[in-house]
Amino acid sequence: MVLIERLGRGIIVGIEDLGRIALLLVDAFGWLVRPPFRIGVMLKQAEFVGVQSLFVVILTGGFTGAVLALQSYHAFRLFTAEELVSVAVALSMTRELGPVLTSLMVAARAGSAMAAELGTMRITEQIDALATMAVSPVNYLVTPRIVAGVVMVPLLTVICDVIGMLGGYIVAVGLLDIPSGTYLSRMWEALYFEDVVDGLIKSVVFGLLIALIGCYKGFYTTGGAEGVGRATTEAVVWASISILVSDYFLTALLF
Amino acid sequence: MTDQAHAPIYDLTDADRIASDAIIQVRGLRKSFNGREVLHGIDLDIPRGEITVIIGGSGSGKTVLLKHLIGLIRPDSGQILVDGEDICRMDDRQLNRVRRKFGMLFQEAALFDSMNVFDNVAFPIREHTRLSKAEVREIVLRKLAQVGLTGAEEKMPSELSGGMRKRVGLARALALEPEIVLFDEPTTGLDPITTAVVNRLILDTHRALGITFVVISHDIPGAFAIANRIAMLFRGDIIETGTPAEIQASTNPMVQQFITGSAEGPIQIV
Repeated sequence: MVLIERLGRGIIVGIEDLGRIALLLVDAFGWLVRPPFRIGVMLKQAEFVGVQSLFVVILTGGFTGAVLALQSYHAFRLFTAEELVSVAVALSMTRELGPVLTSLMVAARAGSAMAAELGTMRITEQIDALATMAVSPVNYLVTPRIVAGVVMVPLLTVICDVIGMLGGYIVAVGLLDIPSGTYLSRMWEALYFEDVVDGLIKSVVFGLLIALIGCYKGFYTTGGAEGVGRATTEAVVWASISILVSDYFLTALLF
Repeated sequence: MTDQAHAPIYDLTDADRIASDAIIQVRGLRKSFNGREVLHGIDLDIPRGEITVIIGGSGSGKTVLLKHLIGLIRPDSGQILVDGEDICRMDDRQLNRVRRKFGMLFQEAALFDSMNVFDNVAFPIREHTRLSKAEVREIVLRKLAQVGLTGAEEKMPSELSGGMRKRVGLARALALEPEIVLFDEPTTGLDPITTAVVNRLILDTHRALGITFVVISHDIPGAFAIANRIAMLFRGDIIETGTPAEIQASTNPMVQQFITGSAEGPIQIV
């Protein structure tokens, strides 16, 4: 009985959460077409989500591409098709690892910061203060962050893709002695524009999820400093899970 | 005790006198959180141009009542009339129009900690007017001078003492020349001297501007020092209203216990 009761309560809380997230999303999107447009806040958020994530994304992309080359080399060598390393790296990066790894890094860096910042503003009544000054907190805080997520995550993904392919190239040509010309021509044959575009479509969805979940967890924080900590953790956990789950369905849908 | 809690709040002549020029009228306000009713049908008039202090213990519903007055919380039932307009039935756009009449000083001042003092006070002005940089600067400096704070424009909120934060918060609340200023426990957590200074600041500001102040507090000496009218809230009911002298002379034993700060009496705190 206790188990069923707990399960039931969990489902109710889950549905309430989904409902409030949906309402927040609708509210935030409404402010895309109604003034005031917070260009300044948006640029600041774009800098925070995008520019300041650049370093981690470059590191992640570079080493992922490098290790992909190393791993796939051992597999392809078994049937003497070493030059296919380039195809494995390029397709894995653009279709899958570029969008997913970039988004996971941004979720950990920026999604958590959004939850922490908005959560602190909530418990110190700064969000209420905005409302009393006749400024919509969703317009001022949430919409700019969602725009930043949706715009910057795909841009970071492109960079991650390129750096990943570069990392793979360096390992394959520099360390594994695959001829540069073969490597590049094989890659060029196998990689289609749609691979990159489909990866970017994924990253748009991931960027939205990161910002929306980070803002939602922060916006509805309760319970003081402990609550901010909980909101921050939950934002990263739920953003990461939703990235991986939606990745499967998007892949099934797109490819 | 229950009988007293639901006793009529005003005698008729009193009600008539206040209602004639009440800037805010609260009628039958009820609010529950998670199935527990916090406000049991509040009736209250806030007279224009005076300082009304709502006193009450922890958990009496003071802050919830105050947040209703500016539409931060929506009631389950009842009305809140601001200049005769019911803010409980308004959409966000209408509500924001009414909120322009208000300023609010939060308990911990709620300054934006990403902005310095100047930008905090300038925020509502930049949001709601199209004044030039020089004009904004002139207003901000004037408001800061009004609350006795000059030379701190460049400081960040984290660098300020509790009393200074309150001053900046008040300057920000006054920035758009509001008709009503709400104070959420302005002296809670301050030392006795800073408490006296903040109470003086409230009085001086009120004398200078002559607008309506609504203060919630459990600081009894402070309430008597600044109030034109006092209302006492007890467990979600207004149990007494009147001038400080009337409250002092109240025969309600709960009011007496609260204003004398006695552990013995009809109010039992576990």
